[in-house]
Amino acid sequence: MEQGKPIIQLKNLGKQFKTTNGTVTALDDINLEIYPGEIFGIIGLSGAGKSTLVRCINYLETPTSGSVIFEGVSLAGQSQGVIRKARRNMGMIFQQFNLLAQRNVLQNVCFPMELVGTPKKEAKKRAQELLAMVGLEDRMKAYPAQLSGGQKQRVAIARAMATNPKVLLCDEATSALDPNTTKQILELLKQINREMGVTVIVITHEMAVIEAICDRVAIIDQSHIAESGSVSEIFSNPKTPIGRQLILGDAARQVALGKDRQLRIIFDGRESSEPVISNLVLACKTPVNIMYAETRDVGGKAMGQMLLQIPEDETEARRVINYLKTMKVTFEEVR
Amino acid sequence: MVWDAATLDMLKQGIWETLLMTFVSSFLAYVIGIPLGIILVVTDADGIKPFPVLQKILGLIINLLRSVPFMILLIMMIPVTRAIVGTTLGAKAVIPPLVAAAAPYIARMVESSFKEVDAGVIEAAQSMGATTWQIIWKVLLPEAKPSLLVGAAISITTVLGYSAMAGFVGGGGLGAIAINYGYYRYETDMMFVTVIILVVIVQIIQETWMKLSKVSDKRIR
Repeated sequence: MEQGKPIIQLKNLGKQFKTTNGTVTALDDINLEIYPGEIFGIIGLSGAGKSTLVRCINYLETPTSGSVIFEGVSLAGQSQGVIRKARRNMGMIFQQFNLLAQRNVLQNVCFPMELVGTPKKEAKKRAQELLAMVGLEDRMKAYPAQLSGGQKQRVAIARAMATNPKVLLCDEATSALDPNTTKQILELLKQINREMGVTVIVITHEMAVIEAICDRVAIIDQSHIAESGSVSEIFSNPKTPIGRQLILGDAARQVALGKDRQLRIIFDGRESSEPVISNLVLACKTPVNIMYAETRDVGGKAMGQMLLQIPEDETEARRVINYLKTMKVTFEEVR
Repeated sequence: MVWDAATLDMLKQGIWETLLMTFVSSFLAYVIGIPLGIILVVTDADGIKPFPVLQKILGLIINLLRSVPFMILLIMMIPVTRAIVGTTLGAKAVIPPLVAAAAPYIARMVESSFKEVDAGVIEAAQSMGATTWQIIWKVLLPEAKPSLLVGAAISITTVLGYSAMAGFVGGGGLGAIAINYGYYRYETDMMFVTVIILVVIVQIIQETWMKLSKVSDKRIR
């Protein structure tokens, strides 16, 4: 995924808020590199600092330490004019859409162009094109109050793209939408990324969003980046407790149910076409019990995990483990 | 009370003066109140251009002016009124004290209307690189318009009420007629007539501005 120079670089980024109860650290020593044309996900539980992080990227929040480097230029200590210019190169969409309620759809999309003084005719033409792209060409005269959540987010996306930004920041953009609409909006983001070459940064608390569209992901926990890497890498082998909690989710809870020896097998796409369990049973001549299994589509690869209850007998258990090792299946023992 | 042409002319003159005092004063008070309201919101600690010291001082001055009873303000303003209008009698002479009383009140009304504007929408405008002026002109004012119009209905009727009080100190309008005839001459029927006219005017202003607000609001359809 790494194509030359990063478009956005966060270096030792920190943000502290002064409150009546003392200083609160929202971000601490954040280091990230985001490359042109990728879809980068930032996931974390609520309160982890992800919303603050995305607002530091376009300086809606001023970091208290470290720097944000956008296209090779640090935004730290820059004038408001320079920061405003940088912001125009970074579109942003929000959980609550944040459309202007007193303007119709077309006027909303024209708004950012008005701010930079684009001639009215030209702005209108561009807005119409963008609305056609997001599939709302027939609702141009409607007001936000007359639109559904998904339609509002489409307008917000068209508006964010109006000034041809290089980066699109999405702050929980699908969290207020139902699963079906979420899917459509994510498809649209993917399409924009592909067709317009826009770098997309997605902030979410939903693993499903990351697996649906992201190339790389960073997991943020308690103001720190816990781990980051390609989505398939992180999904198949989360290293930190928070990563495991977010990715294994239900399966991690299943463990509590069984008291016996269990193995977690992770399929990273390669083995999903092979009948691994059938082969294991035939080869080891011992029954295993499947406690939990799931498969999901991550970037076109079938990623899955399975919880196996293995025989209590020590020699039989060792036989199973050795078989998995020789077959180079990723697994771990859970208790 | 006799219903002759002279009485009718006097009432007509009273209505005209009342409307003149009310609308001219309200207009001038808005000219002063809107910028003050904007400054109050924008320079707030959580505003788009925080300047808490200025905000606090301005807030204090507004509260001071608002706590002076209108009758006292009328008398305190006499030298100022004389300097501006040239006289302290009649409808025109009531305009400066009315503006002085209404402007701080309107500043607070405007402030509260602006505070109703969704912070997320302001943040969205900032994320598009909007300047402070652009946010005021293109976000705060248009988005707060329906609420500002509701506020105007309340403000204008309040100014109308104040204008009637000015009758006590030689101001004009329906208030003066009610006091001079109804109170000093015990012509109760004249007092009732002026009060009814005032009620009708208040009703018309209230309804008109509420309607304007509703028609301009795109949130409910």
